[in-house]
Amino acid sequence: MTTTSREAPAGASPEEITAVPVRHPGRWVGVAVLAVLVAMLFNGVVNNDAYHWDTVGKYVFDQRLTAAALVTLELTVIAMFVGVLLGVILAVMRLSPNPILSGAAWVYLWVFRGTPVYTQLVFWGLISVLYPRLGLGIPFGPEFFSFQTQNVITFFVAAAIGLALNESAYMAEIVRAGITSVDTGQNEAAAALGMTRNHIMRRIVLPQAMRVIIPPTGNELISMLKTTSLVVAIPLTSELYSKSREIALALFQPVPLLICATIWYLAITSVLMVGQYYVERYYARGSSRALPPTPLEKLRMRLRGLRPPPAGGPDAVPGARGPGGWTGTPGTTEDGR
Amino acid sequence: MTAPGGEPMVLAEAVCKRFGRLEVLKGIDLRVERGAVMCVIGPSGSGKSTFLRCINHLEQINSGRLYVDGELVGYRQRGDKLYELRESEIAKQRIDVGMVFQHFNLFPHMTVLGNLLEAPLKVRREPKKEATDRARDLLDRVGLADKAAAYPRQLSGGQQQRVAIARALAMRPKLMLFDEPTSALDPELVGEVLDVMRGLADTGMTMVVVTHEMGFAREVGDQLVFMDGGVVVEAGKPRDVLANPQQERTRSFLSKVL
Repeated sequence: MTTTSREAPAGASPEEITAVPVRHPGRWVGVAVLAVLVAMLFNGVVNNDAYHWDTVGKYVFDQRLTAAALVTLELTVIAMFVGVLLGVILAVMRLSPNPILSGAAWVYLWVFRGTPVYTQLVFWGLISVLYPRLGLGIPFGPEFFSFQTQNVITFFVAAAIGLALNESAYMAEIVRAGITSVDTGQNEAAAALGMTRNHIMRRIVLPQAMRVIIPPTGNELISMLKTTSLVVAIPLTSELYSKSREIALALFQPVPLLICATIWYLAITSVLMVGQYYVERYYARGSSRALPPTPLEKLRMRLRGLRPPPAGGPDAVPGARGPGGWTGTPGTTEDGR
Repeated sequence: MTAPGGEPMVLAEAVCKRFGRLEVLKGIDLRVERGAVMCVIGPSGSGKSTFLRCINHLEQINSGRLYVDGELVGYRQRGDKLYELRESEIAKQRIDVGMVFQHFNLFPHMTVLGNLLEAPLKVRREPKKEATDRARDLLDRVGLADKAAAYPRQLSGGQQQRVAIARALAMRPKLMLFDEPTSALDPELVGEVLDVMRGLADTGMTMVVVTHEMGFAREVGDQLVFMDGGVVVEAGKPRDVLANPQQERTRSFLSKVL
């Protein structure tokens, strides 16, 4: 009857299991096949003179290209920032019980999602033709000040406006999906505490909706980076794609400069993806018992051959201390207060 | 417990509530005296939760009158005309009524302390120091002083519900509503929540509790109401109703749950 306690004395934990892990021979075969394929591809790209790798090396850090990459990045960030801001407002409007607000938001979405962004950009490029002067004043009354449209709405501003307004329509739907994903119990609990709808949206619903909103927003951000190449429709030609085309035409070598542009797009995308990872991690707090490890932590764990600790940890053990502080003894853990 | 002669904390007169064509409440007349604990029992779909939600205007009633502390809920009466209250005015009414939900509904993105502080700081605009001291005191009273920095998902169901009770109390309500507060809990965790509620009742808090815990109703309740089909079938002292039900429907319900 007592055979189980023969090895381990009472109170000590049983010996940890050291078993031979399952082998995965298929993985090694896969690695070998993949290595051969990659080597072939690499060879075909590097030893092909048509790529003009020397030209790539010469121009990838060309001052004109780095400046153009910066313009692309600026345009992306500005358009996305404004797009997200407007998108949140539009989403809240669409979910509003006020039929005028929700109707207006619906019409906005209908127009800006229903037309190609290229067309919209051409339109914004022509804004100074349509409205040579813009001013602020009382409708149909006196004007306080006015300005030449083309002095204020430069090609860059027009591009930013065009991209932002188009983006806001897509962001509105993403934000709306996020908002509706939050449990209605959250709304009720907050309302029962006397919070107004505005307060509930800002402090309770939107922070929780962020978890659903961020991944598709990362998609949109990267998509925006690439859409900036369309602003040639304005025509704004100082961004990455147009500038690389311009240099390529002067050199009669389209391929190496295309590769230069590609390198920059990939570099910027990589930075944005890292940013997204950490934003996601920030909004994941409280959603699971332990935050997911950062890539660095994961790497360290791999190197040490450690498994991640089980979710929860010691804090998750329920019933650490029973109730009863109400009527009986005060808390024992409450120190110095 | 009851203060005779005083104005009741909750007064319902012929309260009706419809969802579309479905009549959920068919004329509820009830009064909850100050400092009293009223327990509401009944089969699911009997309208007990809906009635509770009407008390703080999470649901709008279709006819009848509902008063909390002498004030009409959700409306203002001038002459014999009713005016709907603005959203901000309804929010103000809710400050005085705490509510605890079956599924806790803690804010998962805030720490336990953050959950307790959000409304006092942002709605009541209390000074931070004062609100924090009170919040820590409340956590101590529900036995969770050491969990202030934890997130709700790191707690057990019973602990979460105790936090939810503390969160409602942080607004210093004069009435507490409990909507099946122990129904989503593992049986072994029910006791700790009921203990907290019992302690709260001992402080003289007015409470309306929708529950299936007959033991709690018998020991703590001043009044027991059995609802079925949107009407109050039977009401009285818990011991009398539980031991000697007058109505056939009450008898058959109790025989199934006791």
